[in-house]
Amino acid sequence: MTETQIPTEQRLDIRLNVNGVLRTATVTPRRLLSDCLRHDLGLTGTHVGCEHGVCGACTIRVDGKPMRGCLMFAVSAQGHEITTVEGLADADGTMHPVQQAFRECHGLQCGFCTPGFLTVVSAFLEENPTPTEEEAREAISGNLCRCTGYQNIVKSVLRAAEITHERRAEQAEGDAR
Amino acid sequence: MKPPAFRYHAPTDLAEALDALDGVGHDGKVLAGGQSLIPMLNMRLAAPAHLVDINGLAELSYVRTDPGGVAVGALARHAEVEADEAAHAVVPLLRQGLRLVAHPVIRNRGTTVGSLAHADPSGEMTAVLALLGGSMTLARKGATRTVAAEDFFLGPLESCIEPGELAVAAYFPRLPGRTGTEFVEIARRHGDYAMCGVAAAVTVDDDLRITSARTAYLSLSPVPLVLDLTDALIGRTADTAEWNDAATLAGASLEPEPDIHATAEYRAQLARVLTVRALRTATERAARVEPNPTAPSTTDERSA
Ligand SMILES: Cc1cc2nc3c(=O)[nH]c(=O)nc-3n(C[C@H](O)[C@H](O)[C@H](O)COP(=O)(O)OP(=O)(O)OC[C@H]3O[C@@H](n4cnc5c(N)ncnc54)[C@H](O)[C@@H]3O)c2cc1C
Ligand code: FES
Ligand code: FES
Repeated sequence: MTETQIPTEQRLDIRLNVNGVLRTATVTPRRLLSDCLRHDLGLTGTHVGCEHGVCGACTIRVDGKPMRGCLMFAVSAQGHEITTVEGLADADGTMHPVQQAFRECHGLQCGFCTPGFLTVVSAFLEENPTPTEEEAREAISGNLCRCTGYQNIVKSVLRAAEITHERRAEQAEGDAR
Repeated sequence: MKPPAFRYHAPTDLAEALDALDGVGHDGKVLAGGQSLIPMLNMRLAAPAHLVDINGLAELSYVRTDPGGVAVGALARHAEVEADEAAHAVVPLLRQGLRLVAHPVIRNRGTTVGSLAHADPSGEMTAVLALLGGSMTLARKGATRTVAAEDFFLGPLESCIEPGELAVAAYFPRLPGRTGTEFVEIARRHGDYAMCGVAAAVTVDDDLRITSARTAYLSLSPVPLVLDLTDALIGRTADTAEWNDAATLAGASLEPEPDIHATAEYRAQLARVLTVRALRTATERAARVEPNPTAPSTTDERSA
């Protein structure tokens, strides 16, 4: 059942803005965005667990908002800004506050689910920079983790909020000097 | 877990979309948020020859509120409708139901009109539209029609949308003054489809006595079920109401089916318990709603 067995299948040249870089690919319309990122663009940070929207491993940000990569076609993503887990860290390699927090708080074990958590939490903290524990739980309720257990992930969310504030304070101090 | 091949159409305005749908007829399907359709394609439960992607139709991306109710365009995402303050002020049941639809990430992409078109009897929006007595606007090349909620849903995953037709908007009318609403449900996991859900609308008079009480049910019947429970509660207040009478009256009209998630008996029990919870909260809220909305409501006759 490879695509080549269907000679008439439509192919489209698409342009995607991924992590601030304009990328091109030739895809069939049924190419899932998650597969396009992984196989056509080599961005394997986006993981694929269930392919029906339940596990959250494939979550990416589209124009800032977290969405399921496995429930979008690559062709529909044209004209939108896509951020994958690869796009979270700074260009100089400084980890995103959420990444640093997951590391500090042991918010991951095997790491399979982690890209989905990082994209979701990064977006959530932009909307709600000082979440309560309950809000943190609600924010990650659409992502499944099979090994870490959620306690440390919830801690990571709260810690990420702290790190964001700490970094902002440092920045302000630096600017003042 | 990969979708079957299809031909992709990406219209950029409504006229183009209706042309495309007209051209593909029975072989075509609309792609809105894809949050129900793409899982079905991935699992190969559906294999349409053509998909008409309406995500380029910016003109359908709106939530418009007027004193009589809220019109939601086909491209408005669940999350946008949920966050809309004007819509919440006029039809609070919308947000009360939307916060129970899947997870925030799914709501960022899935559309409210798409979930109505999908006509899943476990979809919260079907119960909301039915309880409010709302309507759907369906367009095809050269013609537009408006269908009332009670005629729109035909069966599980079946609406009256015909091949070649596009649902362009849903209308959620405002309820009369002194009417409170609530939506409660029980799901096995937070964010999942509910085993049972109940939406309630209760109207009280100036002495806060109940004059009307209606409920709608999720996951209990092939199409959304609306019950009038006024007889069990009329003349009572939030403090004097015999809620269990209302639950018993509701229970007599419910015939839940068993499935892998719950036995029929358990579902019926959930329905009774949730009926009480939803009615009680709706009644308490009704007291805080202004007696007469600032402008005449278009739903007065329906809920009288
Ligand atoms: C993990 C998960 C959990 C979910 N949980 C819930 C839940 O608890 N409650 C709930 O209600 N929903 C739930 N959903 C479904 C979600 O609400 C979908 O957004 C919704 O059912 C469909 O909207 P859509 O825009 O994604 O439509 P699509 O998936 O694009 O389309 C669904 C169907 O409707 C048709 N259609 C869509 N729009 C139109 C239109 N404008 N005109 C004509 N036909 C149209 C399509 O052709 C297709 O047949 C869940 C989804 C997932 C993935
Ligand atoms: S792979 Fe997309 S949600 Fe599981
Ligand atoms: S860390 Fe292994 S699944 Fe979450």
